[in-house]
This record gives sequence, C-alpha cells and structure tokens, in this order.
Amino acid sequence: MAGNRPAARARYAAGLTAGLVLLALAVAGGLAVGAQPVPPAEVFAALLDPDAPHASIVREVRVPRTLLAVTAGAALGLAGAVMQGLTRNPLADPGLLGVNTGAACAVVAATVLFRTRSLQAVVWWALLGAAVAVVVVYLLGGRGAGRGTPEGLVLAGVAVTAVLGAVVSGLGVLDADAYGTLRMWSVGTLAGRELPVLCDVLPFLLVGAVLALTTAPALNAFALGDEAGRALGVAPGRVRLLGTLATVLLSGAATAAIGPVGFIGLVAPHVARLLTGPDHRRLMPYAVLIGAGLLLVADIVGRVVARPAEIQVGIVTAFVGAPVLIWLIGRNRRSRTAASRKAVGAA
Amino acid sequence: MSVLEKPVAVRGRGLSGSPVAVRGRGLSLRIRPRPLAVTLLLTLLAAGSGALALTRDGLVPPAEVLGALFGAGSEQSAFVVLELRLPRVALGLVVGAALGAAGALFQQLSRNPLGSPDIVGFNSGAATGALLVLLHGEPAYVAAGAAGGGLATAVFVQLLARRGSFRGNRLILAGIAVGSLLASVNAYLLTRAALDHAQSAQLWLIGSLGSAETHQVLPALLGLGALLLAALPVVRRLDLLEMGDEAAGGLGVDAGRTRVLVLLIAVGLSAVAVSAAGPIVFVALCAPQLARRLSRGTGTGLLPAAAMGALLLSASDLVAISLPTAGPLPVGVVTGALGGVYLAWLLGRGRRR
Repeated sequence: MAGNRPAARARYAAGLTAGLVLLALAVAGGLAVGAQPVPPAEVFAALLDPDAPHASIVREVRVPRTLLAVTAGAALGLAGAVMQGLTRNPLADPGLLGVNTGAACAVVAATVLFRTRSLQAVVWWALLGAAVAVVVVYLLGGRGAGRGTPEGLVLAGVAVTAVLGAVVSGLGVLDADAYGTLRMWSVGTLAGRELPVLCDVLPFLLVGAVLALTTAPALNAFALGDEAGRALGVAPGRVRLLGTLATVLLSGAATAAIGPVGFIGLVAPHVARLLTGPDHRRLMPYAVLIGAGLLLVADIVGRVVARPAEIQVGIVTAFVGAPVLIWLIGRNRRSRTAASRKAVGAA
Repeated sequence: MSVLEKPVAVRGRGLSGSPVAVRGRGLSLRIRPRPLAVTLLLTLLAAGSGALALTRDGLVPPAEVLGALFGAGSEQSAFVVLELRLPRVALGLVVGAALGAAGALFQQLSRNPLGSPDIVGFNSGAATGALLVLLHGEPAYVAAGAAGGGLATAVFVQLLARRGSFRGNRLILAGIAVGSLLASVNAYLLTRAALDHAQSAQLWLIGSLGSAETHQVLPALLGLGALLLAALPVVRRLDLLEMGDEAAGGLGVDAGRTRVLVLLIAVGLSAVAVSAAGPIVFVALCAPQLARRLSRGTGTGLLPAAAMGALLLSASDLVAISLPTAGPLPVGVVTGALGGVYLAWLLGRGRRR
C-alpha cells in the first residue's frame, strides 16, 4: 500500500501540517473579525490579559464562538466521512439525510412540550432524535426501487426531513415564545453560544470521534461490499452498528450545540478524498480539519457579509454546499466506479 | 391515437379489470372500470368530508346548511355556511386535487414514488417567491409571487438537469439541491423579519386553509380544471414512455416534448395549490401512491390521484379544525404527521417482505 512508503508518508504528514497551519490562520481570523472592530494587536493582548480593553468581547464572545465552530465543524466533517463510507454513498451527509433535522426536531419538541431548558437534557434529546432519524432513513433508503442507489437514500432523507420540518414548524405555531427563541437556533447559528455549551457536548463528540476513527480500517474493507468485507475479516453488522453510533453521537451533539447545519458533512469528506484518496484512515483526519475550517470560515463570512447584521452559519453552508451537491450529481456515475476501483487498491 | 384503441399492456398485472372499449363515431375511449369506480368513490368521500366540515359542531343544523347552500336558509346560517365555512372547504378540495394531480404527474415523470414536487424543491421555490412578496410588499400579490418562484425554480432545475441526458434521478437530485438552498433562503428571510411578520409568514409556510376567502375559490377551480383538461391527452403519451423512449418514439411519441409539457402542467398545478394555501407537504407524495394501490391501475392515474388528494386534504383540514389545541392548527401540520405515518407504513411493508 502506498501509505507505507516513507516518501508518501512524509507527504501525508506535510499535508496535515499545512492543513493545521491553515486552520490556525482561520482561527486567528475568527478571533479578529466581528461586529465590533478590534485591532489584531488588542485581540492578542486581550487573550493574554483579562483586563485589557475589549477583553470581554474577545474572551467571552469570540473565543467560545471560534472554539465551538472548530469542534462542531470537525464533528460534522467526520460524521459525513463515516456516513459516506458506511452507506457507500457519495451523497451521504448528516444534514441531507435528515439526521440533523431529527436531532433538532427532538430538541424543539422537548423545549415546547416538556419545557426542557438545561443543555445536558437537550443533548440527550438531540442524540435520541438523531438516532431515530438515522435508523428510519437507512431503512427507508434501503428498500423499494431505489434500493442502494445514492438517490434512494437522499430521497428518504429529504422525505424524513420534510415530516420533521412540519412537526417543528407546527410546534412553533403552537408556542409563540418557543418559536421566538428557537427561530435562530433552528437555522444553525454560532451566535450567542457560550463556553458551557462546548463543555456539555464535548464528551459526546470525543466518544463519537474515537468510535469513528476505530472503524476507519473496517470501512476500507466495507467499501468492497458485505461479502468481500466479510472475507477480509470484517463483521458488517458490527461496523454498521459502531459507525451509526459514531454518526449519531457526532451529528447529534453538534446539532445540540449549534443547531442543524447541513452540507459540512457532504463537502469535507469529498475535499479530503480529493487530497488523500479513498483510504479512510488517511481521509478522516483531513475530513476533521476541513470540516472545522469550513464551518469556521462560513461563520466568518456570515459575520462579514451583512455587517452589522449576521447571516446564520447554516445559511452560509447551504450556499456553499448546494453547488457542490449539484457538481457531485453531475459526476456521480463516473466517480462511483472510480471510487470502488481505488478502494480495491486501498484494502 | 389509433394505437390506443388496442389496450396497450404496459405493466398490467391483469388485476385492474379488463379495459372496456367504448367506440362511437369518430371517438373511441378506453375505460378501465376499477380506476373509474375508485375515482368516483374517492370523490364521493371527499365531498362527504367537505359536508362534514360544513356541518361540524352542530352550530348550524344539516338541513339549514343544505338550505343555505341552495339559497333558502336564514341570513345568519347563510353567513356562517357561505362566508365562513364554504370557502375553506371548497379551497381544501381544489387545492388537494391540484396537489394530488401534480404529484401523480411528477412521480410518473421521474419514475420515482418519492419524486413529488414537495420533495424536489418546487414548493420551496414557490415559498421563496411568496415570502419575498409577503415580507416586503403587498399581500395581495402572494399568489403571483408563489407562481413566479415555483416556475423559476422549475426552469432552473430543468436547466441544471439538462446537461447530459434527461434523467429522472438527475432531475430529482438537482431539485433537492436547489430546494435545500431555497429552504435556507426562506429561513434567512424569516430570521430577518420582525417576529410577528415572521410568525404569520411561518404559518403560511406550513400551509393553512384558515385564511381562505370566497374570491380565491373560483380562480383556483378554473386553474385546476384547465390544467387537468390539458393534462389528460398528455398523460397517455407520458404513460407510453414507460416502455422506454425509443419504443415510445416508434409509436409516435416525442419524449422530450412530452416531458416538458408534463413538467409545465405539474408546476402549474403546484402553483395553483401553493398560491392558494401555502406549500402543504405530503399530499402530493401520498395521494398518487394510495390511489394507485386502490385502483390497481398502471400509468399515471391522474384522476384517481386528484380525487385522493382532495379527500386527504379535506379530511386533514377536518382533523385540524376538530383537534382541541390552544390555537387553530394549520392543515400542513396534520398532513406532515400523515406523511410520517405514511413513511412508517412504507417501512413496515418493506420489512415484512
């Protein structure tokens, strides 16, 4: 395998380092840009000294927001990579397949019906919603004439999203207060989120990430189909279970933190695959970096474009992601055969 | 048309009852008894649920409702029945029929049971157009905004899918991509509006018959009638496409032209529905499927689907107004829940097989 050769490995490491540097630059951008102009030197000073001018803006608004963007973006990117591997479907994405909407629907229902306010409870509701949605979409997408095709799964996801969307908006109509507070969150936003949010979702994200990374080798064999995977020593049922669990944890917790944000999980793994090839062990770290960078940059763009107002990050990612989706549809047929050919090489 | 005199068994399972050929001078029709019976039955049921909505809660006794309808009731009952209730009931039937017919056409066009206009984004486009009008200008032009938005979206999706061969799945996926983009535009418009504006717009976005007015009914009915009449001859050609473009071409059907025509008619039907009641989900998805199951028909099944759509929507609205909720529940919430049940049922069937 190519990854064992020293030169290839060095190139891979160099690529990851470059990615980290770019992400660090984006983080710096996230700290420096905002509604209130703060000179970069003062931002730096405020990071070191809690009494510096503008310290409250930087330390209480921008740092949590940037950290949250990086974590949630990384989680969504990784979740997308696992889903695409698990379903052997280049169009899989926790947003497009309704997993994020499932989480959001459960959260809205809990808020309106049970008056849930504490974030710990919200996370559990989000995980429950994500789990139900992902199981329903997989089952629906795996039946009928479109069985196993990318289109069948996406259609199932959209159908589930439509049902859940109707439920969410119905609840919003019934409860005006809840609608007022959830209106922004249900688009997907990083504004007004604080550090405790991150602390509450971080354990779930970490467990999800570890699960995702441990399934990476199995996903490579899985790409060849259930039969060939079994011959290579992979238990398809177990991989499906672990991978789905990872997806639920990652996208459910990310949605609890920032609301339903789509397309990060679609775009990040594809960009990663362009850079590394189809080997999931090498692809996943890239997907993490790219997802984090994408969400952060989308948030910065949303802050800058409509100053002094903000465009929610979920809207920016849709504008970036939908064209990518259209492009993917165009090359779908070709890439599927190419990807499976490459996957044979990787395994 | 001479080909059609001989029943063409496209995918017949022999269950739909043998077609009866009615031949007169210069005109010959092929009638399948079962779909016809199902259409009539569904129409009756839809009318029944409409009647139930008119007489609900016993405020006006059924006899007086009947009297009011024929202009013989008291002034008070005439006001309640003709001004308050009839527009809502009539609009529900018309919009439901339009949605069912649009769903049937689009599902047959894309050859996919999930390929209905609410799934592939045309409704999102119509909603964007209507929202722009609703939040920035005259509420009177909402219908125009919805029609314009829906048509523009359809044309755009069509152009996207046109690159390469004209494929059902490509059309659906392009529709989904554009639809999700527009959905986030809609969400953005809602977050930028003042809260009370946003809330009424949100109500409209779910789809509601609550604000139905008398003057809306006639245009919607005329639109529905004209589009259904236009669809009937095209549907025969559309059904022939099931055999494949080349075989259908051999029978004199221009595949590309037929598809474009069907698409235009389907978009028109959706626009009629959306402009009257907002983008109501799932009627267009479920109605054709359920109607097909009942009528055991092949092909598009336009009229059974329209009748089923009218029944589904008027029954859903009956449920929405009867539920003891704090405020009036928009019908879109009920059809959304209905869609959930339908999807669950689909799942259950898939498992058992």
